[in-house]
Amino acid sequence: MAELLLVEAVNDALHVEMQRDESVLVMGEDVGRLGGVFRATAGLQERFGAERCIDTPLAEAGILGTAVGLCMAGWRPVVEMQYDAFSYPSLDQLINHVGRYRWRTRGKMSFPLTIRMPYGGGVRAPELHDDSPETYYVHTPGVKVAIPATPADAKGLLAAAIRDPDPVVVLEPKLHYRTAKAEVPDGEHVVRLGESRVVREGSDLTLVAYGAMVHVALRAADALAEEASCEVLDLRSLKPLDEDGLLASVAKTGRAVVVQEAPRVCGFAAEVSAVLAEKAIFDLRGPVIRVTGYDVPYPYWQIEDAYMPSVERVVDAARRVLAA
Amino acid sequence: MSRVLPAEGDLRRVIGDGAGVLDGEVPGLTPDDLIALYRDLVLLRTYDERSVVYHRQGRIGTYAIFWNHEAMQAGSVFALEDRDWIFPAYRESAIGLLRGIPVSTVLSWWRGHPAGWWNPAEFNVASICVPIATQIPHAVGFAWGSALKGEDRVALVLFGDGATSEGAFHEGLTFAGVMKAPVVLFCNNNQWAISTPLSQQTAAPTLADKAIGYGIPSVRVDGADVLAVYEATRDAVLRARAGDGPTFVEAVTYRAAPHATADDPSIYVDPERVEEARENECVGRYERYLLRTGVLTQELAEEIRQETLELMRAGIAAAEAEPPADPSLVFEHAYGNPPPSQAGDLAELRRILGDG
Repeated sequence: MAELLLVEAVNDALHVEMQRDESVLVMGEDVGRLGGVFRATAGLQERFGAERCIDTPLAEAGILGTAVGLCMAGWRPVVEMQYDAFSYPSLDQLINHVGRYRWRTRGKMSFPLTIRMPYGGGVRAPELHDDSPETYYVHTPGVKVAIPATPADAKGLLAAAIRDPDPVVVLEPKLHYRTAKAEVPDGEHVVRLGESRVVREGSDLTLVAYGAMVHVALRAADALAEEASCEVLDLRSLKPLDEDGLLASVAKTGRAVVVQEAPRVCGFAAEVSAVLAEKAIFDLRGPVIRVTGYDVPYPYWQIEDAYMPSVERVVDAARRVLAA
Repeated sequence: MSRVLPAEGDLRRVIGDGAGVLDGEVPGLTPDDLIALYRDLVLLRTYDERSVVYHRQGRIGTYAIFWNHEAMQAGSVFALEDRDWIFPAYRESAIGLLRGIPVSTVLSWWRGHPAGWWNPAEFNVASICVPIATQIPHAVGFAWGSALKGEDRVALVLFGDGATSEGAFHEGLTFAGVMKAPVVLFCNNNQWAISTPLSQQTAAPTLADKAIGYGIPSVRVDGADVLAVYEATRDAVLRARAGDGPTFVEAVTYRAAPHATADDPSIYVDPERVEEARENECVGRYERYLLRTGVLTQELAEEIRQETLELMRAGIAAAEAEPPADPSLVFEHAYGNPPPSQAGDLAELRRILGDG
């Protein structure tokens, strides 16, 4: 076990998977010579050469479009989108091709590409460096989505994504790239997609979260400790979703608050709420409440804290559910 | 750094008009090659004309007509080896026939039946690409990725004049130039994107000029002259194989048929230009060339036409004989390793359909 920052765990996963499988290549803007603007790909070009760690033109649709062709030529590309919102030009390729091409070949060809990107706010950055775009990805058929909250999961989920036969988008909480070191298994480490993790056990209320919001949920659970026993469930993977894990937790606690950083309408918290309404309604002792970003453009960073789901907002929502 | 590459301005031509304009020839093509190329043209022409009839008879759905595009498709493919890949748009839906994809498969595609979807790796023909220009980056990535693996495979990607306005064209050519991808970028400029004429598509003097901006050499050919198309593509393929990177081929013609069976071009096209294009259409032009040079006889031409008609008759019969598709195919193939929720969805669908 090594103590690593989250971004170092991403880097470790890339080293291990590129070593393990010669068909894995890394491509994106500034990933080679510079090692990535967050240093997530540092050292890869030196170790594996410029043909397997490729600095591309500044063209996200071209990056993802050529990655589709690279899959057809037998490669297993790991694409970096430099920031969350910078990935939007590539949605054309994602929706029209990445999620459909396997189906189009009636399963005869695989498109095992991984798209990884830093996501989320709270980093005092200019516009379009703060988005939480997971809904666009989860909503796209044929595409899977994972979002780690810890260094160990950042490594394990990325490894699972790279090995998966399907396209997987991995959103990395950039706010936590360098917040804290934690233990990460050495060498090969895979966290299977579709398995949630109970971060903290509780009996009165489940706080459902993923990515950066797991840490907010944990702090909220601490703040509520004298009033209620809160379970914190880290989904880790949005598609496939661990419905069994979600339903088991809510069956135990009878209450749920779902926390997401993205805007509210049709966000992933709405999907979690719908699953609970369809499959857990008789276990529920109060309404399922969402705590989300607001349906506005991500704000000026001097007031971004007012937009981000805060410990106070989660505590307030939990109290409303507990009082119901 | 990269040099400025002038685009060839004049259209390359090989076939004359049988009168004042003399015929040329393409070195290296034997009489058998010339006949094989004729067969390809007739196969595509017959496919296209019969498909319009099948559509009117309600036997296939909406169909994108490629009448007078046969020379661009057959001529460019003829310059490839079987190991090279083709990336078609919907205008080239039947280009796989030249690689052995059965007629019934392509007809099934236009019938919306799962039997119409093939394995690209079996024929080295990518899936029919519907969203405009988005197949260009695929071809570039494939060509570049093949070169990275040390494999001698060239990619040919076909697209129309309208596609050159799309971002995917720009980004694809950017990558092709930078990565020196062994790809032939083949533009069939038929001057129309449904009802939008080329003059409203671009202010560039020619589409070939666009390639200059990406450091890619380009050539312009008469798109109704199958030998000129073949020769230009062959030059481009040789460059690609030699490691000299991509070439942009602009093949110029005039769309002499509707965009698709649902289109009424009488609202927007110039009927005189259509008439002129129909008189110079590519299959007849090549046939007259072969007849006057003595390579082809009327008897052989008729034999080939009958053969292709028979292929079509058998193809539509086979397509119509496909058993109805199993609704469970809705779920199959979307994922290699499907999310567990799909099993529940399938079970529910079967229950409601009463077969589970």
